[in-house]
Amino acid sequence: MRFSWTRVGAILRKELRDYRRNRFVIVTMTMVPVAFIIAPMIQLFVANATADTAHLNTRIGLSLLYMLVIPAIVPSTLSAYSVVGEREQGTLEPVLATPIHREELLIGKALAAFVPALVIAYMVFGIFLAAAALFAHPVIASAIYAGPHVLVQLLFTPLLAGWAIWVGIAVSARSTDVRVAQQLGALASLPPLAILALMSLNVITESTALAIGLAAALLAFDLLAWRVVAAVFDRERLVTGTRR
Amino acid sequence: MTTPQPATHVADGAEAISATATLDGSKGESALVVEHLTKRFGARVAYEDVSFAVGYGEIFGFLGPNGAGKTTTVRTLGTLIAPSSGTAIVAGIPLNAKNGPAIRSRISLMPEAPGLYLRLTVLENLQCFAGLYELGDVRGRIERALRAVNLEDRARDLCGSLSKGLRQRVALARALLNDPAVLFLDEPTSGLDPVATREVYELIASLRERGVTIFLTTHRLEEAERLCHRVAILNTTLRLIGRPDELRKQLFRRSVDVRLRAPLDDPKAVLGTLPGVEGWEQTRSGYTLTVSDPDRAAPALARALVGAGADILSIAESRHSLEDVYLELIDEDVEAKSR
Repeated sequence: MRFSWTRVGAILRKELRDYRRNRFVIVTMTMVPVAFIIAPMIQLFVANATADTAHLNTRIGLSLLYMLVIPAIVPSTLSAYSVVGEREQGTLEPVLATPIHREELLIGKALAAFVPALVIAYMVFGIFLAAAALFAHPVIASAIYAGPHVLVQLLFTPLLAGWAIWVGIAVSARSTDVRVAQQLGALASLPPLAILALMSLNVITESTALAIGLAAALLAFDLLAWRVVAAVFDRERLVTGTRR
Repeated sequence: MTTPQPATHVADGAEAISATATLDGSKGESALVVEHLTKRFGARVAYEDVSFAVGYGEIFGFLGPNGAGKTTTVRTLGTLIAPSSGTAIVAGIPLNAKNGPAIRSRISLMPEAPGLYLRLTVLENLQCFAGLYELGDVRGRIERALRAVNLEDRARDLCGSLSKGLRQRVALARALLNDPAVLFLDEPTSGLDPVATREVYELIASLRERGVTIFLTTHRLEEAERLCHRVAILNTTLRLIGRPDELRKQLFRRSVDVRLRAPLDDPKAVLGTLPGVEGWEQTRSGYTLTVSDPDRAAPALARALVGAGADILSIAESRHSLEDVYLELIDEDVEAKSR
């Protein structure tokens, strides 16, 4: 049987409806962005506009790094819950008993975590850019808009979200406890931020070429992670808790 | 009293293995054909060498104690887990990994727990599954499924707000959405109160009237006796298969129960010489006679008792329930294990 976007859509709609009515998910999606935009906003107004370019870039880079935690953390909690949570609730077996392919289920689950994470992360970044343009010192605003900062943010937001989602689903598919899955998922989503931290701290010199190169590498990791997750998703193990 | 038979029993007129079994065991199309199916998890055997066939329109009861392998068998036939050996044809499609999606599109499986999304409404739950089956005319199908389980007026309710019995009905509606060729019901009344249990019985009975093929696993024997055309008893291996009345006949010899106001002075003289009586034993309230034909033995017995001056309270053929059959078989297994 062929791959079906109808089945992917059924999973996606179901997940989004479920999020909307889950207070825990709403709180997580609201509080994480709020928590991670406060520090960058403060930086906008307290940064010394007369500081040298390198110092200013470091401050701005750190601020933007803060906001890149959003696409890493928001989907990681959702994706880490996605399989083990359904298994605990007893809703996984009826779904697996339908003609759905594992790839369809995984893409439906991944999109359900990806879409809100992307919307929230870009929205927060948009608010930050608007605040910078309207209220920050012109020197600071132009430092934000100049160079690869914006490009890094736009490129890495979906890629970091993708990594967090696949790692989260992999952990979820192998885990037997929701809380453990969410903690491991959140931890495993963070390593790619280390490279960005080195760029933000000017340990690695930030450039457009480097940003694109790293984004391509992260994209390759995302695709590899998707293949690994699809391979480890074992219907029998998920239903019985034992391996073949 | 009983005829111990350690191997799988196959009742008269029923077929344990047939590629073309129907309701009465005669030839025709089969919804399920299972041959020598075995599932092992490492060294542990879930079920072994299981063979049977189920005809279209049949309600087939799959009985057994906890841990007998019933749910694992259902999951295997539902393509959720792979068998270790053996073959099966499910809804006309050979069971293998490649055919999994095709088989799953033609069957429905209702697990023991309803597995509903509690934050979604009944309608939203059904819409999700209609999408997973890629069904056309979603609205019409959902309406028909809800009508079948008498839940049309609860479509907008959140599943989390429904009672356990209503959730089970929603799960049944979900299982009916794709008009399955075979409907697997795994312990559908587990954990339900008597009223909800009766409602589920009525729903299954109405599905039987509509000709839906149902594979029903249960350890509630009255459920199987009431609903199923044929039953199989599984205790890791298949112990017995056939119609409930055939199983009773096969496992228990026919007998007549006599209730008297007072015991006979010389029962051997009265009962031991009656034609067609193969043996007798005294019970608390009278006697039980093993007979070849109760209809022939009863009148002679009555005459003999009256002749002996006994006050007869009742004479009736002994009725063995499916529970007696089941317990007899499971006791045999326990005894065999302890030897």
